[in-house]
Amino acid sequence: MSGTILVSVYVFVLAMFTGFEVITKVPPTLHTPLMSGSNAISGISIVGALVIAGLGEGTLFDIIGLIAVISAMINVVGGFMVTDRMLQMFRRDTSS
Amino acid sequence: METNVLITQIAYLLSAVLFILGLKRLSHPDTARRGNQLAAFGMLLAIVATLYGEHILTWQWIVSGVIIGSVLGGLMARLVKMTAMPQMVGLFNGFGGLASGLVAAAEYFRYTQGVAGTNVIPLDQSISIMAGTLIGAVTFSGSMIAFGKLQGIVTEKSVRYPLQKPINALIFAGILAIIVYLVAQTPALLDLAADTPLVLYLVLWAAALVLGILLVIPIGGADMPVVISLLNSYSGLAASAAGFVLQNNALIISGALVGASGLILTRIMCKAMNRSLTNVIFGTFGQPAGAVATGEQRTMADVNAVQADDVAMLMAYAKQVVIVPGYGLAVAQAQHKLAELCDQLEKRGVTVKYAIHPVAGRMPGHMNVLLAEANVPYTKLYEIEDINPDIANVDVALVVGANDVVNPAARDEPGSDLYGMPIIEVDRAKHCVVMKRSLNPGFAGIDNELFYLRNTMMLFGDAGDSIGRILEEVKQL
Repeated sequence: MSGTILVSVYVFVLAMFTGFEVITKVPPTLHTPLMSGSNAISGISIVGALVIAGLGEGTLFDIIGLIAVISAMINVVGGFMVTDRMLQMFRRDTSS
Repeated sequence: METNVLITQIAYLLSAVLFILGLKRLSHPDTARRGNQLAAFGMLLAIVATLYGEHILTWQWIVSGVIIGSVLGGLMARLVKMTAMPQMVGLFNGFGGLASGLVAAAEYFRYTQGVAGTNVIPLDQSISIMAGTLIGAVTFSGSMIAFGKLQGIVTEKSVRYPLQKPINALIFAGILAIIVYLVAQTPALLDLAADTPLVLYLVLWAAALVLGILLVIPIGGADMPVVISLLNSYSGLAASAAGFVLQNNALIISGALVGASGLILTRIMCKAMNRSLTNVIFGTFGQPAGAVATGEQRTMADVNAVQADDVAMLMAYAKQVVIVPGYGLAVAQAQHKLAELCDQLEKRGVTVKYAIHPVAGRMPGHMNVLLAEANVPYTKLYEIEDINPDIANVDVALVVGANDVVNPAARDEPGSDLYGMPIIEVDRAKHCVVMKRSLNPGFAGIDNELFYLRNTMMLFGDAGDSIGRILEEVKQL
């Protein structure tokens, strides 16, 4: 039992390191799309929400699940779409 | 391991890889859009894998929830103005936090309602549940307040009241106490007066929500970039916590990536303001008493006020022009006219550069997005370190809606609240023109010495109008 939590901690720590390495390479110009894009990724909680909504263990879980799924989907869909809109606008100098 | 579970786990791993690759591509404007698409695909994969691999009994809630959420999210993303970007990120962030918190709550209820197959919550589970609840709730309410502040629904000013810090500390202590109690009592869960843990858990939710509100309420508008970054990080940590609860690696990894991203941005913002995080969150910056009163009352007579045609002449015949945009540019919605003005200047052979300060605006990279929307190529945007060394050769530095980031007190006055913050040294340019609506101090409430310097010209009025008039003049020259 404590073995699995330890593995989870390993995964978490390694992922944080990876995150630091990858994100520090993002230039200030792209910080807003980074915020918006990483925010969309945090909508990964949709995975947990889907499980809850699909439990079929009573109204309490149906309602919690429903609200959680709606919230997470807003985060995911809204987040990726807004980031895309932003990134569409970045263009390099085409003159000269 | 049964094949179903194996496939799901592999799919989750792929999702995580796609997220990482997507974030990597975000390191350059040319590949960034593709990176976002990669990450989105990774999310889709995770969703499909969950529906395929997990024990799904009731589909109606899932389908309705997905449809409602997607439509709402899509509509908001489509319809929102680009300039409302900071508050949208805040809003979506809040929803993400709510989702994570609810997942933790549902898991808790599964144990209390006796549905989880056991009445005893394992220690690591209960800690994860409590962490997920706390972080998720604080992220949700905090983000909602941040959204309100940026949208103007909630006052942008720093809201302070007596005993603020002790009250916050007390609430936090209370929350910790409840958590410790709930975690310690879990093995004997059902031996207690049946409802106590449940009631306490609900109290925990309420207290965490209140704490989120109280933590963000005292933050002033100019400090918002830090808070938004921090809340962004929290929503990632909330997702990770949910991952610990559900023993789901996709959640843990993605949450950690986002958490790291938010923390890095927060640190960058704090360094750019030369203030520590604790100072921003708990600090006394912006307190009205004593910050502004220097004895002298400065008036319009102390500044060089100029007209649009003066500025037009100055800029049209300059060799090098640097533009410093700030939040005021976004408020005035003058970015398109500004871009047009720069095009006109460049046609006349003037070199135009934009100097972007990290904390200009209400969000990291706010000015970059604003200018990109006005079709300004990102190659024209420069950072402080690239502009300052050569600033003495710049003929005209035009400050549009920026205030604290060009305040010389940050460099020269050890007594000033701003001291130590890197600034764009427009006072060292040959000429400096500041566009402002009036002489009122900025959000920090600190008067800006720049306005009263001999070399500085003030162009009063709405930025959009001013730029428009300058543009007309330049066209005629």
